[in-house]
Amino acid sequence: MGRTLAEKVWADHVVRQGDGEPDLLYIDLHLVHEVTSPQAFDGLRAAGRGVRRPDLTLATEDHNVPTVDVDRPIADPVSRTQVETLRRNCGEFGVRLHPLGDADQGIVHVVGPQLGLTQPGTTVVCGDSHTSTHGAFGALAFGIGTSEVEHVLATQTLPQPRPKTMAVTVDGKLPAGVSAKDLTLSLIAQVGTGGGQGHVVEYRGEAIRALSMEARMTICNMSIEWGAKAGLIAPDETTFGYLRGRPHAPTGADWDAAVAYWQSLVTDDDAAFDREVVLDAAAVTPFVTWGTNPGQGVPLAGVVPSPDDFDDEGDRTAAERALAYMDLTPGTRMREIEVDTVFVGSCTNGRIEDLRAAAKVVSGRHVADNLRMLVVPGSTRVRLQAEAEGLDTVFKAAGAEWRGAGCSMCLGMNPDTLAPGERAASTSNRNFEGRQGKGGRTHLVSAQVAAATAVAGQLAAPADLPDSSNPREG
Amino acid sequence: MDAFTQHSGVAAALRRSNVDTDQIIPAAYLKRVTRTGFADGLFAAWRSDPGFVLNRPEAAGASILVAGQDFGTGSSREHAVWALQDYGFRVVLASRFGDIFRSNAGKAGLLAAEVDAKVVAAIWDLLEREPRMTVTVDLAERTLLAGVDADRVQDSFDIDDYTRWRLLHGLDDIDITLSHAAEVEAFEASRPVWKPMTMPARTAG
Repeated sequence: MGRTLAEKVWADHVVRQGDGEPDLLYIDLHLVHEVTSPQAFDGLRAAGRGVRRPDLTLATEDHNVPTVDVDRPIADPVSRTQVETLRRNCGEFGVRLHPLGDADQGIVHVVGPQLGLTQPGTTVVCGDSHTSTHGAFGALAFGIGTSEVEHVLATQTLPQPRPKTMAVTVDGKLPAGVSAKDLTLSLIAQVGTGGGQGHVVEYRGEAIRALSMEARMTICNMSIEWGAKAGLIAPDETTFGYLRGRPHAPTGADWDAAVAYWQSLVTDDDAAFDREVVLDAAAVTPFVTWGTNPGQGVPLAGVVPSPDDFDDEGDRTAAERALAYMDLTPGTRMREIEVDTVFVGSCTNGRIEDLRAAAKVVSGRHVADNLRMLVVPGSTRVRLQAEAEGLDTVFKAAGAEWRGAGCSMCLGMNPDTLAPGERAASTSNRNFEGRQGKGGRTHLVSAQVAAATAVAGQLAAPADLPDSSNPREG
Repeated sequence: MDAFTQHSGVAAALRRSNVDTDQIIPAAYLKRVTRTGFADGLFAAWRSDPGFVLNRPEAAGASILVAGQDFGTGSSREHAVWALQDYGFRVVLASRFGDIFRSNAGKAGLLAAEVDAKVVAAIWDLLEREPRMTVTVDLAERTLLAGVDADRVQDSFDIDDYTRWRLLHGLDDIDITLSHAAEVEAFEASRPVWKPMTMPARTAG
């Protein structure tokens, strides 16, 4: 019988198989950041071990770094210690680091792909759950904890139980004005936050094939939000086109050899998945969350649900709790929900395509009174590219704040946080209680909806806005 | 890692589902560079409510947390496991765990035991009637026992064989892998030359 894409990549990385043991997988690329690595490096030191393959390891500073005054010492002493610890560890163990101020600094999941290090058929791990992002290239990529970070540093391998496989097939075409973020949010609302648990998911079908690499990364990024171990997409001409010419992409005869292998990375026609989910792309509309997990979402055209709408008692209780936390009344139209803050950024929607989409909406317009809009590029390279295209001017003219690169308000580890009771429309990936700041309330949205919301002052799609007097070209 | 064979302790009922790791320990508490000292961050936002289970006298000294479905979803932060351990928990019972949390627990020596949702509900009910009830978890037998006599809940729990074996013997994963060094070297020798390497560094600039 044929094999799935995930099974092929898995098989090509098995170092050792034994009865009653998990497979020992070889790791092609290990990404490291300041928050989940200090204890792992300490573990190496305590055991007298080194980093086995520093040449397969890359570190950047992203989670707690400030997005203003990046040329000055970090003001928060605890954050500064954590960042300095990473710098010291990378120096001591010979790991390549892109620190604050470097052109290749940024969110690990933006930096890996833009350097061409994330390649089809590789295994990629990082002490961060959104490592699933790299699956967009047909890589098997998943988040790990600090003990596993130490394990990979010491051995370049990881013992892993074999996951089950699932297919999410998205037939048809996404309607105009509907993005990959809308697709993934509507998928999660359908399958639930635990729907993918124990599975590696392959996204396939006409709508997935039509997506850009940036949009595919958005889809794969959110795999963890419905519990999947990893999410991947078979590499194709879109993938090869993105990689060609990137700093670490193969060249010459190596490129040809790599492409020949990459082209074999497809699910065989007679392969079977353990589970399958089918979606109709044409039915997807702009989608937003109302609650405190990414599965609690509705179409932007919908209303805040009532706990009574849920059959399952657990879902009903969770809805009651979420409505209380979010301070929302059932039946309220989503478009009537006013927000204080709009955040455009994160490893979900902080790439150049997202910034272009948001800039196009706010161009010639202005953010609503008393509303704060933060635009945080996913990497310094993205920031530089956006500035070369004049996007920073567009955002600033609209009254938005143009920031340095990092995770920023996605998780609120740096000073970019929501105040208690503040409400945000955010292009990030988690609307958990307190995620963006204690007492803060988060609605997950696409870059397009975020930008339109910034202008309207309440949840909105670009089509809801009156024509701008000075529309930007394209 | 210390071996884990059996544990008896006071149980606390966390009657919530979808407890993500941001709730277990908010990001603001992740800045420490040590492996200990995270007890203050455990359920930090919820603990500001005096009625929260861990603030009630019946949960004092609890070492077994009995939680709703999908405990430990979201972020990969192992700090969530460390915070539970620092606070005094040795065992978490739930009907489903986030994959990364469950894996982290197994590495750090916290027993994440998967039980039927009905068992969770039964233990919650028992705790209503008998606060400070002791639960005994036996990893060798994969069984749990809560309460006494006719009122007791006795059942089995799930944990994968390999994690169970490692916990029972207190084995370190890295030592096990290093014992297979020859196989790792053989695999490395077979890797295609065009596979990406981070060094020497190449950048676009």
